[in-house]
Amino acid sequence: MAIPVIYNFRSVKARWSSAIVAVVGIAGTVGVFVAMLSLARGFKATLVSSGSEDNAIIMRAGATSEMTGGVTIDTVKIIQDKPGIARGADGSPLVTPEVVLVAPIPLISTGTDANVEIRGVSKNVLEIRRNIKIVEGRMFTPGLNEIVVGKNANASYSGLTLGNTIALGSVHWKIVGIFDAGDSSFDSDVWGDAHLIGPAFNRPDIFFQSITVHLTSASAFQELKDAATADPRLNVDVTREIDYYSKQSNRLTTLITVLGGLVAGVMAIGAVFGALNTMYSAVAERGREIATMRALGFGGPSVVLSFVIEALLIAFVGGLVGCIAVLPLNGLTTGAMNLQTFSHVAFAFKITTELLAKGIVFALVMGIIGGLLPAMRAASMPVASALREL
Amino acid sequence: MKFSRLIFANLFRKKIRLLLTVGSFAIALFLFTFLAVVRGAFSRGTELAGADRLVVINRVGLINTMPLSYGDKIRQIKGVKYVTHNNWFGGVYQDEKNFFPQFVIDPENQRQVMTEMRVPDDQWKKFVGDRQGAIAGRNLANRFHWKVGDRIPLQNALYGSTKTWEFNLDGIYTNDKEGGDESQFWLQWDYFYENVPDQIKGQAGWWVLKLDSPDEAVGVGKAIDDGFANSSYETKTETESAFQAGFAKQLGNIQLLITTIGSVVFFTLLLITGNTMAISIRERTGELAVLKAIGYSDRFVLFFVLAESLVIALCGGLIGLGLAMLAIPVVAASLNGLLPPLLLSAASLGMGVVLAVAVGLASGLLPGISAMRMRVVEALRRV
Repeated sequence: MAIPVIYNFRSVKARWSSAIVAVVGIAGTVGVFVAMLSLARGFKATLVSSGSEDNAIIMRAGATSEMTGGVTIDTVKIIQDKPGIARGADGSPLVTPEVVLVAPIPLISTGTDANVEIRGVSKNVLEIRRNIKIVEGRMFTPGLNEIVVGKNANASYSGLTLGNTIALGSVHWKIVGIFDAGDSSFDSDVWGDAHLIGPAFNRPDIFFQSITVHLTSASAFQELKDAATADPRLNVDVTREIDYYSKQSNRLTTLITVLGGLVAGVMAIGAVFGALNTMYSAVAERGREIATMRALGFGGPSVVLSFVIEALLIAFVGGLVGCIAVLPLNGLTTGAMNLQTFSHVAFAFKITTELLAKGIVFALVMGIIGGLLPAMRAASMPVASALREL
Repeated sequence: MKFSRLIFANLFRKKIRLLLTVGSFAIALFLFTFLAVVRGAFSRGTELAGADRLVVINRVGLINTMPLSYGDKIRQIKGVKYVTHNNWFGGVYQDEKNFFPQFVIDPENQRQVMTEMRVPDDQWKKFVGDRQGAIAGRNLANRFHWKVGDRIPLQNALYGSTKTWEFNLDGIYTNDKEGGDESQFWLQWDYFYENVPDQIKGQAGWWVLKLDSPDEAVGVGKAIDDGFANSSYETKTETESAFQAGFAKQLGNIQLLITTIGSVVFFTLLLITGNTMAISIRERTGELAVLKAIGYSDRFVLFFVLAESLVIALCGGLIGLGLAMLAIPVVAASLNGLLPPLLLSAASLGMGVVLAVAVGLASGLLPGISAMRMRVVEALRRV
């Protein structure tokens, strides 16, 4: 049954110029496929890592994002006494009522304005969002016109350097710190004292967009949610922070995945055509070789297998080339607008091994489709007339 | 063409190969056109923006409002013809996924400023007289199968507590400019005003102005921004196209992304077809040598090879463009408002044909030249 696989290796080597068509076709397809998915992955990962399992976000019922939410100081006061909320070192509840808005700040790369998310937070916010660390400078002092900026904000927008002063809203702010939010969307944020950010943008300081609380444990979520739902004074939605942020990424991720999938899918048809062409001409050129093998006693299935292996080999090389070609994209930072909040978020292409494996599998599927028909033709060639052929 | 029969006979010598080559050509052209269309959709807002229109927003940021009384001051500036104030409504129709822009408009002036958005007079009259009236773009109405007279509920959490606002669809606007925006939803300023909390009353999100002539854009813009400088609500005035371009840029560098994918597709295609051509010429070395031996010139052999690859390229290209014409409306519908309208323009079709011809020539050129240069004796000796 077995035909030496080494025969297929050698025949690909001997006919490399026609194999290269299939390799390039498949490599291009896999490259586009992996690149588009890694873009969607990166965006999703950035937003999802913003949320944490043991935090909950509270917004007005029906609000679809923080931008459309609104809660008053009265709600905040009721919420902070609810069960399930952790307490800080000083005994105060770990609750941050936040003012979220966007302000135009020019991008360093293009000089055009981007809508940067400005977030007014409470002074104990670092106890609530525990994955966020100040890496340079210090935290802002409550009551002073000081801000801290995320590391991507620092790198992407002009003027957000440590020690610099910048006008946002009607106030000048001194940048006193840079924080690292672990590649989450907060890395594109600018943070200041909620009581000062609101008024600087003509917002009443009793009005917030959302409340984020740190739970005593991830399982305390239901307790808090039930308590908030049962309270007739409240009309709010309580969502686990991680769920909120993963939903935030949906619109852009869907757009990229649909477009990317469509382009890669159509390209795959083209690549299969290329592979079919290569394999058919391989079969046609080798009529006598195949007939000789048959005459030596190799059966039809062996010949089919042999050619499918050859097609898979070509596809594997193509997939590998495609993956290697897009690998430098990994970690490359780009920016896009979050279509749910209209704020600009910096994120990086994220190429995971799983994605690369998917790319290779995609290539192999194309190889099988491209190899099977020609292989079957090879097996069904009449031996006698093929041997007689010139 | 007395040689056309020979060319066709050669083309159909290997039917499967012909089919596959034409097919991969068709697919590449299809993708190329598709990407061009998507790219166009993102930049169209900028291209179609009225040259004689300015947009006035709050300098602090797009989402900040300004006092409505600014409108009267803006109107008095020389060179300003009409002013309309707008606001963002931000409602949700049934589900968050059904996003479309909803603007609270000033019914007195909207039509004079947005001249390309046409509403039949009787529908407009009804809208103006109906407090809960609404006007929808044609695309939007088609997307949700709305017709005039329908009642449309929108959930809104932006102004006060979340509630459902009900609207009567009184009219449908169409856009005079091809591919122009037909996805907006307009509602009455008065209805909005009566139902929002006090601090939002008397505030406008932005103004759109129509100028006497586009030449006055710079002067008027400066006059407005200078006039409100050092007030508690400073303004930022831009031409409509600059405003749209700024917005589109933030979506990310889509142009670059699409151009990159487009070139990958193009390069892949060139290699596939070029190589197939080379293989099929190589197989026929002997025949071409015979042609030359019986007296056909080198140039004729080149022409002969080029003609063959051109026919393949054109057939594939036309099929691909045809597919694009069929598929784009379907794709646009399935993307469900995620993208601005996809429009297949005559220019991108023309571009597609030009590309097909270019690739056809390029892929035929190399094997053609080697066929032209080959020496008859050697070629005939080779088996």
